[in-house]
Amino acid sequence: MSETAEKAAEQEVDLTACNEILDQYQDMQGALMPVLQAIQDHYGYIPEETVHLTADRLNIYASQIYGVLTFYAQFHLEPRGKYIVRVCMGTACHVKGAGRLGDRVKELLGISHAETTEDVKFTCEYVACIGACGMAPVIMVNDATYGSMSVQKLNEVIEKYQKMD
Amino acid sequence: MAENAQNIEVLICTGTGGIASGSLKVAEAFEEEFKKHGIEAKVGKRCEVKKTGCRGLCANDVLVDIMVPGKEGVTYDFVTPELVPQIVEEHIVGGEPVPKKTAGAYYAKFLEKQHRTIFSRCGHIDAESIDDYIANHGFKGIKRAVTMKPEEVIEEVKKSGLRGRGGGGFPTGVKWSFAKGSPGELKYLICNADEGDPGAFMDRSLLEGDPYCIIEGMMVAAYAIGCTYGYVYVRAEYPLAIKRLQMAIDTCVERGILGDNCMGLGFKFNLRIKAGAGAFVCGEETALMASIEGHRGMSRPRPPFPAVRGLWGKPTNINNVETYANVTYILERGADWYASIGTEGTKGTKIFAVTGKVKHTGLVEVPAGVTMREVLYDVCGGILNNRKFKAVQAGGPSGGCLPVEAIDAQVDYDSLIKAGAMMGSGGLVVMDETTCMVDIARFFLTFTRRESCGKCIPCRIGLKIMLEILERICSGEGREGDIELLEDMAYDIKKSSLCGLGQTAPNPVLSTIRYFRHEYEAHIKEKECPAHACKSLLHFKVIDEACKKCGMCKRVCPVDAITWEKGEIAIIDQDKCTQCTSCYDACRFMAID
Ligand SMILES: Cc1cc2nc3c(=O)[nH]c(=O)nc-3n(C[C@H](O)[C@H](O)[C@H](O)COP(=O)(O)O)c2cc1C
Ligand code: SF4
Ligand code: SF4
Ligand code: FES
Ligand code: FES
Repeated sequence: MSETAEKAAEQEVDLTACNEILDQYQDMQGALMPVLQAIQDHYGYIPEETVHLTADRLNIYASQIYGVLTFYAQFHLEPRGKYIVRVCMGTACHVKGAGRLGDRVKELLGISHAETTEDVKFTCEYVACIGACGMAPVIMVNDATYGSMSVQKLNEVIEKYQKMD
Repeated sequence: MAENAQNIEVLICTGTGGIASGSLKVAEAFEEEFKKHGIEAKVGKRCEVKKTGCRGLCANDVLVDIMVPGKEGVTYDFVTPELVPQIVEEHIVGGEPVPKKTAGAYYAKFLEKQHRTIFSRCGHIDAESIDDYIANHGFKGIKRAVTMKPEEVIEEVKKSGLRGRGGGGFPTGVKWSFAKGSPGELKYLICNADEGDPGAFMDRSLLEGDPYCIIEGMMVAAYAIGCTYGYVYVRAEYPLAIKRLQMAIDTCVERGILGDNCMGLGFKFNLRIKAGAGAFVCGEETALMASIEGHRGMSRPRPPFPAVRGLWGKPTNINNVETYANVTYILERGADWYASIGTEGTKGTKIFAVTGKVKHTGLVEVPAGVTMREVLYDVCGGILNNRKFKAVQAGGPSGGCLPVEAIDAQVDYDSLIKAGAMMGSGGLVVMDETTCMVDIARFFLTFTRRESCGKCIPCRIGLKIMLEILERICSGEGREGDIELLEDMAYDIKKSSLCGLGQTAPNPVLSTIRYFRHEYEAHIKEKECPAHACKSLLHFKVIDEACKKCGMCKRVCPVDAITWEKGEIAIIDQDKCTQCTSCYDACRFMAID
């Protein structure tokens, strides 16, 4: 973890939202996944404190929760960047040269899969398929999809986000 | 549909591809222009902008259809907001299409050989409008179904010959009768929308472009089997699909189409979305149910099958998105109609996601039984940059590669398996001479190894060792005997793994060895990659004799490592070159080695 990210993680986590989420799902069958997804939606990652609170209130072991958290690619235990750059490494994208996009992100931002920049602005993730294979190779920055990428187009997209706050 | 529309309609693609290409801005621009022209008053016609789902040709988005009553629809491709004023002025106000901007002959060809049935609404109706759905045969299937006894509905599905579209191809009607026959009051229905196969996106397009159709298909199944509760398990990477489906479910609940007395038809069915969390193995049905229950998505042995002991221990029926979509049409139009399409063993149409090195990447729907050649050349326009076709990978990580000799194989369950691949969910990834088959095998194993749930040792450790061997071969360190070792391990892992992931993961290795053994040998013996794709075996030099002095490579090099003057042979500066492969990919003449 980078230093800044560590600092962010050390900050006291406000558990009000987590409690509210738990109130909402408490009585639902199979509540764990939706609870964790809602926590991540709110905090941007899964803070350690919320794991313990969830364990208490849903009456399951924290180890079981960690078992789930580490199994699924979607959950993150560390704070993540403001802009999540997802580089598709699916078959269609691979055949059209996605590997090179991953390399270029590394050159531009200094981060590769599952890494976050020190200023917690960018996180890079290699994903299995975005489901826009017709436009391969594809990247996503947060919710925006960019298709038919080339190294040059990637430069432009990253530059655009670098200029934003 | 559009032929008898009363108003002028502007259909704008707002699938994921369309939005990525800026279709929302295009839609805005149209609204803007209409206001400016006072279309309603001045032309004396009303004009409507409709946001539709994917038409299957996302690479050419933004696609816009202009439908003038009494005239044939005209399609525009690559539409930008800047182009909109001209289209409105000349086509909508003036009545003459803008000739240079309409989609060329390729678009007609793309549609011509297709048999768009399951996709007939997708791309034509406003995906978010239940009224549009109803106006286009919506809910006719379920209305017919409830006039029949549940057993008769199942018979009808059996008679249609429909086989599950999720990969295995199990007869749907038979599966339903198992779930129906299981004792128990409470039964669950699941729609598998995990679509974990990278390179396939037909389920996504259906959910985004025709969400009510999936709900209707599930209602038919729920009525036939006697399920009162249903889940749609959608992967979280599909935010737009989740949003549209949730809207559709909410609308259905509001209108009493879903709930305690569906449409007043006297049966009860509630539906809920469950967002997946990014694990390929969760597409496997037992792992999927574990995931809904809130556990790690790990497979368990079958039997007991879900039809006997499924979600929370109750009998459960699980089908794929496209399977449910097929069901609505079977009920609406009858089993005989359905069975008249396709081949002996595979009925109906199949949607394929054609991607990779082909001119028109996209989703195509064809009757089962057409040949691979027809799909790739007639519908999708052949190979990109007029390069040579090398192979097509069918069936995703569980499937295999078919070489040029097998390109006349029919696309149906049985022919594809005979040729050493499989239909799977219907992903077809086209490869040309620049694709290295050893690298492709390595790619798939990287994927399946990472996605293995780790429960059984052959899958967890066996795939890892196979991958290490492939990596070694790709980096030029292959040894004599590696091919035989790979084959040996492949058979053992297939035999001894618990679930479909491990049982099929070695397939891409086996099929590439079967058809492209010489490429493996070239890597091992000559330390050469015949396709020039394996980076550590690449040299990045311009081959003087082949260079046509076009300068393409200079244009694409991101680090300015190439010197080229008009009429001169290009030269690559080895110190500056980062081996990004851009120039290699861009060169039309294979002049870079
Ligand atoms: C590793 C693995 C992944 C799978 N992924 C999917 C998937 O993403 N979507 C799907 O519908 N079926 C998937 N399946 C097949 C399902 O287990 C199941 O057979 C299917 O959903 C049944 O539906 P059908 O009868 O309509 O085909 C997968 C199977 C395996 C072994
Ligand atoms: S075959 Fe692989 S994915 Fe399937 S249960 Fe075994 S370890 Fe898990
Ligand atoms: S491989 Fe990339 S960096 Fe090297 S010369 Fe070609 S385009 Fe430039
Ligand atoms: S393979 Fe990249 S979007 Fe599907
Ligand atoms: S999203 Fe527009 S054609 Fe696929």
